[in-house]
Amino acid sequence: MKPAPFEYVIAESWDAAAALLAEHGDDAVILAGGQSLVPVMNFRLAQPAVLVDVNPVADGAYLRIDADRLRVGALTRHVRFEAPQVGGPLGALFPRVARHIAHLPIRMRGTFGGSLAHADPASEWCTLARTFDAVMVARSVRGDRRIDASDYFQAALVNDLADDEVLREIELPALGPDWACGFAEFNRRAGDFAIVQSVAAFELHDGRIVDARIGIGGAAEVPWRADTAEAVLAGAIPSASLFEEAGAAAAESVGELMTDRQASAEMRRDLVRVMVSRALEDALAAGVER
Amino acid sequence: MTVIGKSVPRLEDRALLTGMGRFAGDRNFDGQLHMRVVRSTVAHGRIVSVDTGAAAAMPGVHAVWTGADVADIPPIDLRPGSALQDLEKCRQHILVQEIVRYVGDPVAAVFADDPHRAEDAAELVWAEIEELPPVVGLMDPPGEFAPGVSTEPAVFEKGYGDVDAAFAAAAHIVECELSVGRHAGVPLETRGALAIWNDAEARLEFHAAAKIPHTNRIALAALLGLELDQLHLFEGHVGGGFGVRGEIYPDEVLVNLAAMHFRRPVKWIEDRMEHLVAANHSREQTHRIRAAVDADGLVRAIDDEFWFNQGAYARTHGATVPTVSATMLPGPYKVPAYRAKGHIRLTNVTPAGTYRGPGRYETSFVREGLLDRIAAELGLDPLDVRRVNLVAPDEMPYERPFEVGGKPIQYDSGDYPKSLQRFLDHIGYDALRRDMAARREAGEMAGAAVICFLELGGDGPFDDVRVEMAADGAVEVVTGVASVGQGAETVIAQVCAETLGIDYAGITVTHGQTDRIERGQGARASRVTVMTGNATHKAALGVRAILLETAAGLLQTAAEELEISGGTIRVAAAPEGGPSVTVADAAAETLRASSGDRIAVEETFENDRATYSFGAQMAAVSVDPRTAGVTVERFAVAYDIGRAVNPMLVEGQLVGGAVQGIGGALLEEFLYDEAGQPLSVTFADYLMPTAMEVPDVECLVLEEAPSTTNPLGLKSGGDPGITGAGAAIAAAIGEAIGRPGSVARLPVSPMRLREILTGPA
Repeated sequence: MKPAPFEYVIAESWDAAAALLAEHGDDAVILAGGQSLVPVMNFRLAQPAVLVDVNPVADGAYLRIDADRLRVGALTRHVRFEAPQVGGPLGALFPRVARHIAHLPIRMRGTFGGSLAHADPASEWCTLARTFDAVMVARSVRGDRRIDASDYFQAALVNDLADDEVLREIELPALGPDWACGFAEFNRRAGDFAIVQSVAAFELHDGRIVDARIGIGGAAEVPWRADTAEAVLAGAIPSASLFEEAGAAAAESVGELMTDRQASAEMRRDLVRVMVSRALEDALAAGVER
Repeated sequence: MTVIGKSVPRLEDRALLTGMGRFAGDRNFDGQLHMRVVRSTVAHGRIVSVDTGAAAAMPGVHAVWTGADVADIPPIDLRPGSALQDLEKCRQHILVQEIVRYVGDPVAAVFADDPHRAEDAAELVWAEIEELPPVVGLMDPPGEFAPGVSTEPAVFEKGYGDVDAAFAAAAHIVECELSVGRHAGVPLETRGALAIWNDAEARLEFHAAAKIPHTNRIALAALLGLELDQLHLFEGHVGGGFGVRGEIYPDEVLVNLAAMHFRRPVKWIEDRMEHLVAANHSREQTHRIRAAVDADGLVRAIDDEFWFNQGAYARTHGATVPTVSATMLPGPYKVPAYRAKGHIRLTNVTPAGTYRGPGRYETSFVREGLLDRIAAELGLDPLDVRRVNLVAPDEMPYERPFEVGGKPIQYDSGDYPKSLQRFLDHIGYDALRRDMAARREAGEMAGAAVICFLELGGDGPFDDVRVEMAADGAVEVVTGVASVGQGAETVIAQVCAETLGIDYAGITVTHGQTDRIERGQGARASRVTVMTGNATHKAALGVRAILLETAAGLLQTAAEELEISGGTIRVAAAPEGGPSVTVADAAAETLRASSGDRIAVEETFENDRATYSFGAQMAAVSVDPRTAGVTVERFAVAYDIGRAVNPMLVEGQLVGGAVQGIGGALLEEFLYDEAGQPLSVTFADYLMPTAMEVPDVECLVLEEAPSTTNPLGLKSGGDPGITGAGAAIAAAIGEAIGRPGSVARLPVSPMRLREILTGPA
């Protein structure tokens, strides 16, 4: 269980990585944390000719609040999100999401950007990025390109990055203090890929929801936002029955659900309903604590 | 001083904890070649050609073998006594001769000077295979599996009593279909082997052997055409056995054959993906069972028909699993009339062998599931149904009139109802049941259940032990046993120390080295402590007698007047400070007088009876009704081991077994698609339980009924933790969801539980 032969090159800057990708095209693959790539190379399911190691890139790992944006360096390790890094509702959500990502040794190496570049349907960060309409910033020899989350996720393990682009930063909105964020996930063992997960958030003014975000992952080929469920929440007062209603709307909001031996499409649809309502409950609980 | 019965630290741990373990991967010989096996990627097909040219031309590649290169090696034999009818026709060649029969079937072997080069070269071996339709369904109607071989090569019956009359007269008949999924022991260490031709000794040496070195020596020598004295096996550390590791598979034969052929050391370590398709699977069976029952739940007869999925070939274990399934299904209950008809089926999946608790894990689930149905259908308390059927203490020894190996099964000792009651008291059963009922009343899905099981082990036919003492009093116990991590060295040292009156920690226990002792039975079937323990006791008594004889001369008293304690021989009746001689001095004097260098006594302990012991398990679970996820809140095991040599090690066995059993009940399953492609080939698909899914396992080690089959009164202890775990989890889930007896298939995945929850009540 060792990879097929490959050439290994180091990039010390995003521009260097972009230049290497321009040179090698689709023969090259970026190595970040390697927690998904290296196993599939060991299984020989992936046999890249060139591995571009971006771990030495200077200042590739950071979380920064920049006006109303939260900027995440692509090389930020998952483990860093387990302890609060930034304030605000999103900062409070990160640790509750991060602990669902595999196991500690994997979180020590795996990166935020690597997860988004891999685009696994069950990735917590992909669901979170889709929920909050993150912007993916990709570097190539042509410069930076900004990609909206709604365009970025195209299919399971397929995203909008071109062969010569490297994901270097992810921008999230820096949510105001009136937002409450929650998360829920169902899987068979701690650390397993989610069968269904949901990120939910709402903004409260005077006890009423004025804006809401509901994202769902693990259920379909790509994470999606359940806008009909968000509409159910808009203007309403949070309650268990409201969250159930939103869950039901979310379950109806997507056509093609995945079927595998862990869960049929029908079971996933039921789980979407449950996970959305539980993520909303989690958000409400987190909001009250603050 | 007594050391039997004490939870003393393991002798094994110093080496393991200080990084001095010597596992297969740690062993290397100069000039070794590395083997990589090329395996079939289709479930069934005819080999048209195998192109090895590109692989053979790779730098560092020494040779590439295909079936034609090893055509003179016979297929791997079934262990003597384990065959049934046509199973001999289903044996596996070490490399496929014409037809591949499962994904993972070895097609070629690459030998290179580096493991990575071997793996690169193996990628280039191109087998052109004309695909044939695979057989994947266990319950498909019988057909042809191979020319002259049916998909059902053996059908057998076991039973006693007048079953038909009991059903004709039955007050109630309860029937159900119950299935256990395909899973297996998955050791932390994958399989590995290292063979070297020793020119100086003119012999082949197989290092990193495991489990049953002496048995495998005989089988391997026959396969390789060697005289017995031209082959020796050497056991190393083993990262888990569980019935899977240490059997003779094609891979181990290839390594030895190559070392002989190339006159170079050959090493092989499989990877995890290989392990999950190549090492024995186990468990998969479906039972259609019915019981004739009185109104109070007393079972008058059981009639069972079951189908066992052997996979593509019969392996070394032959029909062991289905045979034990048939004979152990009645378990600790009376069942006055019984009939089991077993169908052994071949399918195009990985071959099956034993896994810890073979035949008992499966049939405990089936039997206890049947009892839960009986309780539900007759409106009885599930525990009352068990109580009324348990074999009573005044019926001991209890004979179950099967003919197994020409003699009936006899349960040697036990007070099953008393042991069960002690367990119920220990776990606070009544309060637990009340608590669970209250939670259900409040709308939760939570439940607890207790099930009973019967364990067997400690079978013979023999074990040899030689106890040697040097002039400085140092003791070595040489055995034909093996260590698969269970603590064999510690237990054997404890028995020896107890008998000789010396410290157990100074005793060296040698095992698994075929050049040190002529015969051995290894570590299988939960037998080591019982058989090797008694043989050790016997041989140590011989050494003791020699020492006392010498001491009697030195102390000028009769040997019968002496005792040994703390390494010193003294007159038993004399006050402290009386005349004495140390064991070392007595040994030195003995050897001076005889001009020997070691006192050595070799003894054989023979036994043709297995030990049978009672156990019970409790699971408490909660079910999330909206996700069908199961949380195991509590898990407890009680087991009457008769006499515990080292209670800590017994508890270790119970805990480890329970964890594996919970895995098989909720998570682990080898699944295949319609084309026979395996779907569980990594640890992302084959779900092993982790610390997060398993609660602390509560243990109650009982010493109610010492065995009557051996002088030390010992019973087996390797398997009881796993035996009832599937049954207990299934029963608890049935309680939790308010549908006792509704779990008809293991593992209980969320998808399967969802079907039960959304299905008709």
